[in-house]
Amino acid sequence: MDPAVVIPPQGLDDLIGILDAQGYEVLGVRETDGALELGPVTAAADLPRGRIEAAEAGSVRLVDGPRAAFFDHTLPMQGLKRVVYPAQERLYTTGPDLVAAEEPVEAPPRAILGVRPCDLAALDTLTAVFEGGPFVDTRFRQRREALLLIAVNCMRPAATCFCASMDSGPRAERGFDLAIDELIQAGRHVLVVTAGSARGQEILEQLPGEPAEEADLRAAREGSRACAEAQQRRLDEGVEGLLKRSYDHPHWAAVAERCLSCANCTLVCPTCFCGTVEDRSSLDGAEAERWRRWDSCFTLDFSYLHGGAVRGETASRYRQWITHKLAHWHDQFGRSGCVGCGRCIGWCPVGIDITAEAAALAASEGRSELSGEEI
Amino acid sequence: MKPSGEKPRLAVWKFSSCDGCQLTLLDCEDELLDIAEAVEIAYFLEATRSTRAGPYDVSLVEGSISTPHEVERIREIRRDSALLVTIGACATAGGIQALRNTLDHDALRASVYPSPQFIDALATSTPVADHVAVDFELRGCPIDKRQLLETLAALLKGRKPTIPDYSQCAECKLAGTACVMVAKGVPCLGPVTQGGCGNLCPKVGRGCYGCFGPKEGANTAALAAELAKLGADRRSIRDLFGGFTAGAPAFAEERRRHER
Ligand code: SF4
Ligand code: SF4
Ligand code: SF4
Ligand code: SF4
Ligand code: SF4
Repeated sequence: MDPAVVIPPQGLDDLIGILDAQGYEVLGVRETDGALELGPVTAAADLPRGRIEAAEAGSVRLVDGPRAAFFDHTLPMQGLKRVVYPAQERLYTTGPDLVAAEEPVEAPPRAILGVRPCDLAALDTLTAVFEGGPFVDTRFRQRREALLLIAVNCMRPAATCFCASMDSGPRAERGFDLAIDELIQAGRHVLVVTAGSARGQEILEQLPGEPAEEADLRAAREGSRACAEAQQRRLDEGVEGLLKRSYDHPHWAAVAERCLSCANCTLVCPTCFCGTVEDRSSLDGAEAERWRRWDSCFTLDFSYLHGGAVRGETASRYRQWITHKLAHWHDQFGRSGCVGCGRCIGWCPVGIDITAEAAALAASEGRSELSGEEI
Repeated sequence: MKPSGEKPRLAVWKFSSCDGCQLTLLDCEDELLDIAEAVEIAYFLEATRSTRAGPYDVSLVEGSISTPHEVERIREIRRDSALLVTIGACATAGGIQALRNTLDHDALRASVYPSPQFIDALATSTPVADHVAVDFELRGCPIDKRQLLETLAALLKGRKPTIPDYSQCAECKLAGTACVMVAKGVPCLGPVTQGGCGNLCPKVGRGCYGCFGPKEGANTAALAAELAKLGADRRSIRDLFGGFTAGAPAFAEERRRHER
């Protein structure tokens, strides 16, 4: 790829203008009703400039940050998943002729401004899930292929972020069309823009800027390194084996004391892919529709088999979630199901922390090894 | 469900309640003709004075059981109905009037009515399922129109209604509504409440007040502990669990734990 370009902050409006002229619907992070969400942006002024999340387990509050950066915040409550895999969609309709008419896929060209590295990694994971096997979800594929991805490398983590230990951030190495590093130093505020694809390169060439100096590139990399170092949470490498050994562990009951089985964690997770299919019929029975909607392993219905639900207890549901994410995902898709975005920690109403629960299991295992007891 | 040509017969009954759930049926403006087309409305006093005697294929029952007479009447209706579906917080949990279940009924009656001796009421207001077998229940104060239509469509065709058992939180996340507890610290019963209302309260920035009643496996103690951390005192936590579904066992128990 050609060298990066440095643009002034106003260049964001030029970028949005170019995308608009090329026919993209531009989506970015917006502050709506006290939280960040992905929504339409028509100008840089729509971005939550200067705002950051004061995040901790069970709490994500937006506050003013120390500087007027466009991108010091991190993640919208839900990521790209909503865009490529809608929360609910009609798949088919049929009438008395019993011929199923497939619902056309809404997949307009969309440019996503401000995708964080962890969310890029999550999109890659979802792609492996929906397109990696013998049966390709073509609805997902059409929506994914219509995306233009403009990544923003993180300069400041939220307290819930732990991408560095999952190797999925805070700097995007691939999977984007354009990537932005926002630099604010000694009164100078610029954006370093790098292309990651031919489409990105074509846009980059239209942006009003100067070729980036080595010092800017160094500052950008340094910013990412500092962001990785500032992360307060992590998951350790042995977690896959740890969970596979912990099927019968008293800790699950301890988590279930606190867990509400409310499903928030799975429904904010950018990689949780579970859905269910529901049929509806009209009152006279002449028309029927088939819908797909997100589901979660925290609901009772999720594990319903003939005669009853397999996971009646919250303990078994929490175990299913964390074990699938961090252990069995490796067997299924050759990678972890977690990219370390921290959403499940922040948006859990009671602040259950996937990293803390994994650490608690590890600690108890250490103790049991020392005492030689079965637990 | 019937020999061809004959329409299934629908009856709608009212017990101790406000009529709001029956109104939801009348609110189905666009679909009302379809309903009238699909069933014979054999008994529905809120809509028509003409009535037909049983048996009925589907009975929708609104309201709680709160008088000796109602105990008798619900048994008769059960006998006359192939399928009995309870609708709303009163019929499924005893309603707001179940607040009296934990109070001194005689004293209460005397404080409300000038001549309490004429009031022939039970000391408790209880859900229909405490008295007769119920085939299906629809939650809510009032019920949700789409859920009602889905239930009728399903029962008329002999399939199981698709009524989810997930929490109100799932509704927030499906709708993309930011969590009022996490983002603003607003107390919310959503994590222990069954979804289905259409995300009405959180969508407008309010906490859920539990009108759909407890979801399966509701962990009310863990939520109450979190509400306390957010600064709610014992009394307000007690009152939060003392709303339209105060009589539902999980909520009633959490209320009791916060009595003092
Ligand atoms: S871990 Fe938290 S978000 Fe997930 S189901 Fe339990 S209480 Fe809900
Ligand atoms: S498990 Fe939690 S931290 Fe990991 S990707 Fe999902 S939401 Fe993010
Ligand atoms: S953790 Fe649960 S909801 Fe998420 S993908 Fe696995 S089974 Fe599905
Ligand atoms: S997890 Fe990493 S990549 Fe994601 S927002 Fe936080 S710092 Fe950025
Ligand atoms: S607002 Fe209430 S119902 Fe919605 S996610 Fe938060 S706690 Fe759950």
